[in-house]
Amino acid sequence: MKRFALAGNPNCGKTTLFNSLTGSTAHVGNWPGVTVDKRDGVYKKCAEPIAIIDLPGIYSLSPYTPEEVIARNYILDEKPDCVINIVDATNLERNLYLTTQILEMDVPMVIALNMMDAVERQGDKIDAKELEKRLGVPVVKISALKEQGLAELMDKAFNESKKERHGSTVLNDTPIAHLIGDVRIALSGQNVGNPLFHAIKLVEGDEIEVEMHKETVPMVEEFKGTFNDEIFGTDFEALVADGRYKYISKYFAPVLTRKSKEKFAATRSDRADKVLTNRWAGIPIFLVILFLIFHLTFSENFLFISTFADWAKSPLPTLEDLGLLTAEGEPINYGVRWLATIYDGTIYSPGVIVNNIWNDMLVGELFGWIGGLIEGSGMAAWAVGLLNNGIIEGLGAVLSFLPPILTLFLFFSILEDSGYMARIAFILDRMFRRFGLSGRSFLPMIMGFGCSVPAMINTRTLADEKERTATVRVIPFFSCGAKLPILTAVAGAIILRFADGNGNADLITYSMYLLGIVVAIVSVLLMRATTLKGETPPFIMELPAYHAPQFKNLMAHLWDKTKHFVKKAFTIILASTILIWVLTHFGFDWKFLEDEQINESILAGLSRLVQPLFTPLGFGSQLGEYGWVFVLAAVAGLIAKENVISTFATLGACLIAAGVLPGFNADAIYADDTGIQAVVAMIAATGVTVPGLVSFIAFNMTTIPCFAAVGTAKSELGDKKRFGWTLVFWIAVSYIVGAIVYTIGSWWWTLFIWAAVAAGVTCLIVFYNKGKIKLKLPKRAK
Amino acid sequence: MQKTLDQFAIGEQGVVKSVGGEGKIKRRLFDMGITPGAEIMLRKRAPLGDPIEITVRNYELSLRLAEAQCVALEVRDETTAGEAKR
Repeated sequence: MKRFALAGNPNCGKTTLFNSLTGSTAHVGNWPGVTVDKRDGVYKKCAEPIAIIDLPGIYSLSPYTPEEVIARNYILDEKPDCVINIVDATNLERNLYLTTQILEMDVPMVIALNMMDAVERQGDKIDAKELEKRLGVPVVKISALKEQGLAELMDKAFNESKKERHGSTVLNDTPIAHLIGDVRIALSGQNVGNPLFHAIKLVEGDEIEVEMHKETVPMVEEFKGTFNDEIFGTDFEALVADGRYKYISKYFAPVLTRKSKEKFAATRSDRADKVLTNRWAGIPIFLVILFLIFHLTFSENFLFISTFADWAKSPLPTLEDLGLLTAEGEPINYGVRWLATIYDGTIYSPGVIVNNIWNDMLVGELFGWIGGLIEGSGMAAWAVGLLNNGIIEGLGAVLSFLPPILTLFLFFSILEDSGYMARIAFILDRMFRRFGLSGRSFLPMIMGFGCSVPAMINTRTLADEKERTATVRVIPFFSCGAKLPILTAVAGAIILRFADGNGNADLITYSMYLLGIVVAIVSVLLMRATTLKGETPPFIMELPAYHAPQFKNLMAHLWDKTKHFVKKAFTIILASTILIWVLTHFGFDWKFLEDEQINESILAGLSRLVQPLFTPLGFGSQLGEYGWVFVLAAVAGLIAKENVISTFATLGACLIAAGVLPGFNADAIYADDTGIQAVVAMIAATGVTVPGLVSFIAFNMTTIPCFAAVGTAKSELGDKKRFGWTLVFWIAVSYIVGAIVYTIGSWWWTLFIWAAVAAGVTCLIVFYNKGKIKLKLPKRAK
Repeated sequence: MQKTLDQFAIGEQGVVKSVGGEGKIKRRLFDMGITPGAEIMLRKRAPLGDPIEITVRNYELSLRLAEAQCVALEVRDETTAGEAKR
């Protein structure tokens, strides 16, 4: 099968063209070693089926960014039958800069002149025939969006792919043309493929080429000794880039006739930016958009309609008020069940509705049905337990993440596609530079408050590998929706048990959120100063023209994500879930245990074993016989953080059955949705102190996140070693944070010890870094 | 009059004379079309004063002041100060 590669600048409509050409055949895989998506699919409307390979969007073929190296190596090494170079007609000069570089390779090539409709709408004209003549390769006008000109494009490309093409260059008028020619001949003599391309890169001093063709380097060096340009001196990289742009301005740019004679005429995007990146309104508008996204995804009070109704003294009736629930609080019929996904005295936001439909009506129904079948099949108790409570419930827990993940992802895809994401980075860059990050890392972090999984996926927009790693690592510290129940249950129990219910539990919750942010900031600073050292990545970024996001593209994005996530749910996440289930439902003698016998399980035994380790965190040896419950709950939280509190409830019931908790009632604990009673039972059983409890929340907030997030981190980080260290990092941070919270909470004067340690570590790092390289080490946050 | 891009006022235009800076950053500036002879206008500053947004080769580019400092331009006289506010 012939292979055609799509190459072009970011934002030139490459993805749209790819989707139009390949339709549903597209699939996504990772490039080895680098976490940049390589997508391929099949085009079927030609004489024979053709594989279409979507290369990453790039501006140049420099050796400095992974995307550029990937694209370059693909064309050179994999030798596609034709390169389709997509050129954004509204941005001709800069797009053709990449074209001049691809032209130098010995590969058949066709130019797809995209967004011609936008050019014509502005009243401008492009003479495609003339451009074709000057470039020496076919030029086809297309509209990827309206699917115009695609058949012609593919026919031309198919034709070209049968011919052989030798590289040509636009650098023949430059003072280094001679040198390029000599190097090319030398390389041809050595039987190097693509001699012209390699010759030019070698002249530029490109580090990859210099490594590859060592014996030809002296030739270039010798020339440099005798050469001196009046502007560039012997900076050949600059000379080459300048030569390209000079040629483009002189010979290619004139094919465009502009209607407006004004050089810097304000476009529609400029007018939109007058408001969206306005000096005063820019940040407030951004905050409103951010709030709207979270509101539409998570709010159970859509547009605050029920709040307004309350103010108007005519509160909306609940389903119960309407007499639509049975005495047990269940909907009276199937219709009401559907109604309950949308409304119950308050209107739910679209994200919540999708979530309810998915979890209550689809997955819940399906799994309930399968569960019933298994229950009635007469299998052994352990097998039913494994299938129902282990596999099905575990899968259910993971799949229940899907709606919020996709909803959040949809909104962020819209921001990305429309061009607003780049503006967010523009607005916020100043703040983030202090931490050695760029403005782009803000969005993934803030998404973490919703769910870590889409947040980690979103780090793909970060160009710098180290920045990306640092961001993925701190995302779990932005406490996600599933961690909130831990916060509210423990905070509620603290107030109930230690302050007789007089106090503000929300205050504890808020301060824990704040603690998470502080930990994230300190961690980033530390990582950027030690293991992930590096210059703050440059911020030379295109602000693409705004355009309406396309439904088809969005759906393609979402479908990719869904496939990716579901695949993981059925592999790594499922395996881990089963493991935890087995550990909690079997004793060391491999006897199957009911839920209520969890205290005899292997995991309980292991928890007892490691319990002393948690002594500095306030929930270790000092808690005596039943202290292991906290360790066990934390481990159960790895499946899904919701499990932490539900494990407490199970443990409560089993301790009551063992007669440990006089005065407690298992049914009351199960009936308490908030989980506060379960935590109160744990406090009664273990005698844990308030600092110990707060340390427990802090530990859970900052430790290894749920399996879904761990699985995502693994695939996003790509590198195994880096992933391993990330796990170590999470454990270390949570341990240290827990210890700090507990010791300072118990003995306030330990504050000085920690401060001294922090100061010492800071000094050490500064001292160490000063000795080696100069690094602008940001001051540690106080 | 010559000055570096970071010193431009909003609306001010100029023609690039030279581009300096460390290898990677310089290459990136070149790749994005900031080469000698290119005409640039400063469109706006971010709400916090940095980075800046410029128009070059008919598109919008944002860069930090630190990077803008590497670009020296000949200022177009008619665009300075007064008229710039237009």
